[in-house]
Amino acid sequence: MKMILRKAGAWLEDRTGVVSAIKPIMNHLVPPGAKWAYVFGSATLFCFMLQIVTGIGLALLYQPSSEAAYQSLRFITDQATFGRVLRGIHFFGASGMVLFVGVHMIRVYIMAAYKYPREMNWITGVLLLFLTIIMGFTGQLLRWDSNGVWSSVVAAQNLGRIPLIGTTMARLLLGGDTIGAQTLSRFFAYHVFLVPALMFAFIGFHLFLVIRNGISEPPKAGQPVDPKTYRKWYEAMLKREGVPFWPDAAWRDAMFGALVVIAIVGLAITIGPPALTQPPDPSIINTTPAPDWYMLPIFALFALVPPKTEPYLIFFGPILAVGALFALPFLSGTGERSPIRRPWAVFGVVCVVVAVGALLLVGEIAPWSPRFDTKPLATVVSYHDPLLERGAILFYKKGCQYCHMVHGEGGIKGPNLSVIGRTWTANQLTVQIVNGGGNMPAYGGSLNNGELHDLVAFLSAQK
Amino acid sequence: MNQENPETTGPNQLPIANPPDNDSRRDFMMKVSLGLGGLAATAVAVPVVGALVAPLLADKSEVWRSVGAPDQFPVGTTKLVRFENADPLKWAGETAHTAAWVRRETDDDFVVFSVNCTHLGCPVRWEADAELFMCPCHGGVYYRDGTVAAGPPPKPLPRYDVRVAGGQVQVGTAPIPITKFSDG
Repeated sequence: MKMILRKAGAWLEDRTGVVSAIKPIMNHLVPPGAKWAYVFGSATLFCFMLQIVTGIGLALLYQPSSEAAYQSLRFITDQATFGRVLRGIHFFGASGMVLFVGVHMIRVYIMAAYKYPREMNWITGVLLLFLTIIMGFTGQLLRWDSNGVWSSVVAAQNLGRIPLIGTTMARLLLGGDTIGAQTLSRFFAYHVFLVPALMFAFIGFHLFLVIRNGISEPPKAGQPVDPKTYRKWYEAMLKREGVPFWPDAAWRDAMFGALVVIAIVGLAITIGPPALTQPPDPSIINTTPAPDWYMLPIFALFALVPPKTEPYLIFFGPILAVGALFALPFLSGTGERSPIRRPWAVFGVVCVVVAVGALLLVGEIAPWSPRFDTKPLATVVSYHDPLLERGAILFYKKGCQYCHMVHGEGGIKGPNLSVIGRTWTANQLTVQIVNGGGNMPAYGGSLNNGELHDLVAFLSAQK
Repeated sequence: MNQENPETTGPNQLPIANPPDNDSRRDFMMKVSLGLGGLAATAVAVPVVGALVAPLLADKSEVWRSVGAPDQFPVGTTKLVRFENADPLKWAGETAHTAAWVRRETDDDFVVFSVNCTHLGCPVRWEADAELFMCPCHGGVYYRDGTVAAGPPPKPLPRYDVRVAGGQVQVGTAPIPITKFSDG
C-alpha cells in the first residue's frame, strides 16, 4: 500500500511539479527576528478564507432577492441546521478581518515596512483595506432587514454628495429610482462575485510581493534604508542568519490563525449573529438604522462635524484619505524605520487609534439621537403638585424629554435639566423654549400660553 | 524534463534571419489579433455594462397613487401613508413600498413630505404633540412645514406631488430624494 502511494505521489510530482514549485516558497529564508508582531497579516488571510468558506455555506441557503431574502434569513437563523452558527461565524469573521487588517496596517506603519523596496506591498495592502471595507458594508446590506434597506439609502445619500455625477451614482447603487427588485441582487453580485474576485487577485499579488521583496526585518534604530545598498544587505543578512519560513517562522502564523478561527467560532456559538430587525419594507419607518461596529466611527463622524463642512467631508474626505495612504511610501520611502527614531509616526498612529476608538464609543452611545424610547417622566416620578405633574407630562409629550434628561430619564442630545431651575430664571426659560436656538427647535408655534407656563414652572422647580 | 529544447526540435527549422516580408506579415497578424481581441472584449463588455446601467435608462414616469379619502386627513394633522412605487418589478415584494407624511393645512391644501431626512436619508418620524419631524440617525429635526429646526439636515424635507381626484387624496410617485453636493 505504502509503495503504491509513494509511486502515485512520484507520478503526480513528475507530471505536475507542484511540490518543486511550492517547496522553495515554503522554505524561503526570512529574517530571524520576525516573531509574534508578524502574525496579523496571515490572521487577516485566515479570516478571509473563513469568509469564503462560510460565505459558500450561507449562499447555499440564502435567497438573493429583494422579496425573499428576509424569509431566507429567518430560515437560516431559526431553522437551518447550524444556520445560526454559520451566520455568526460569517459576522465575527468579517469583524476579525476588519480588525486584523487594521492591526496589520498599524504594525507595518509603526515598523515602516512600507519603505523601499516594499512600496507596492503597501499600495496593494491599501487597496485590500478598501476592498475589505466594501465587503463589510455590502455584507451588512445582505442582512436584508429594515436596517439593510436604510443602510443602502444612507450609502446612496453618501454617493449623492459627489459633485455632478452624485445622483447618477446613487441611482446606480440602488439599481433604480427607489429601493426595489434590483437593489439586493446588485449588492449580492458585488459582495459575492465582483469584490471577492478583485480580492483574490490583489491578495495573490500582495503575497507574491511579500515573497519577491522578502519579509521586512524588524527595524533597528540607526540602520536607515538606503535604496543603493538595501537589497544587497538584505540578501547577505538572509544568507548569514535567515531561517526557513516553514516551519521556523510560519508556526506562529498557523497557531495564531487557528486560535483566531477557534475564537470566532466560539463567539458565533455563544453570542450569535446580529439579530434581524423588522422586514425590509421601506414604508416601515419606526426603525433606528445603525451600521455594524466597523462602519460606526464614520457614521458618528457625520453626526459630529459642523453641517456646513459635511458635503466637503463626504466628498473630499475619502479622496484625501486614499491619496495620503497611496502617497505615504513615496513621501517617506527611505531612511529610518525604527519607531524610536520616528516619534511623530508613532504619535500619529496613537492619534488615529484614539480618534477612531472615541468615534466608535460615541457612535455606540449616539448622544445626538433623540431617545424615542424614554419613559414618560410623570410615570417615573410622582408629582404631588398638579402644576408640576402637568409640566412633567408636557415635558415628555412635546418631545423635550427625547433630548433632555431630568432625574435620570431622557435623552442626552441637549443639556441635562435636572437642576436647571438653580441657574435659569423663568424668563430665560421662556425665551429659550419659544425661540429655540443652539440647535434646539423653536416651540413658540406649537405651545399655547398655558402649556408654556406649565412647562416653565416645571423646569423652574428642577433644583 | 527537457522535452522542448529548441535546439533539438528538427532539422528543418534552422535559425535563419526572417525575410523582411515575413516580418511585416507577423507584425500585421499581431495587430489583427490585438484588434480582434479588442473587438471580442467590447462585444462582451457592452451587454455586461448594459446590465449594470440598465436601471438608469429605465424612464419611470410619475404615477398617481390613492392614499385615502380626504376626510381621513383632518385639517391640521400629519399622517403617515404608504403607497407602491411606480411600475415595480414583480419580485420587489414589500420593498416596492414607500411611505410619506401627508399634512392637511386647510380644507383643500394638502402637503406630502418625503420620510427621507435630507441629511443621510434615514426615515423621519412625526411627533404629533411636539409638532416636529425627528430623525433617529443623527438627530435632524424639522418643523411641521418641513423646514429644518435643528441638527445636520442641509435643506427642508422634500415634497411629493399631491392632488385630490376621484374622491381620493393622491400622491405622485417619485425617486428617493438624493441630497446633492450643491445643496450645502
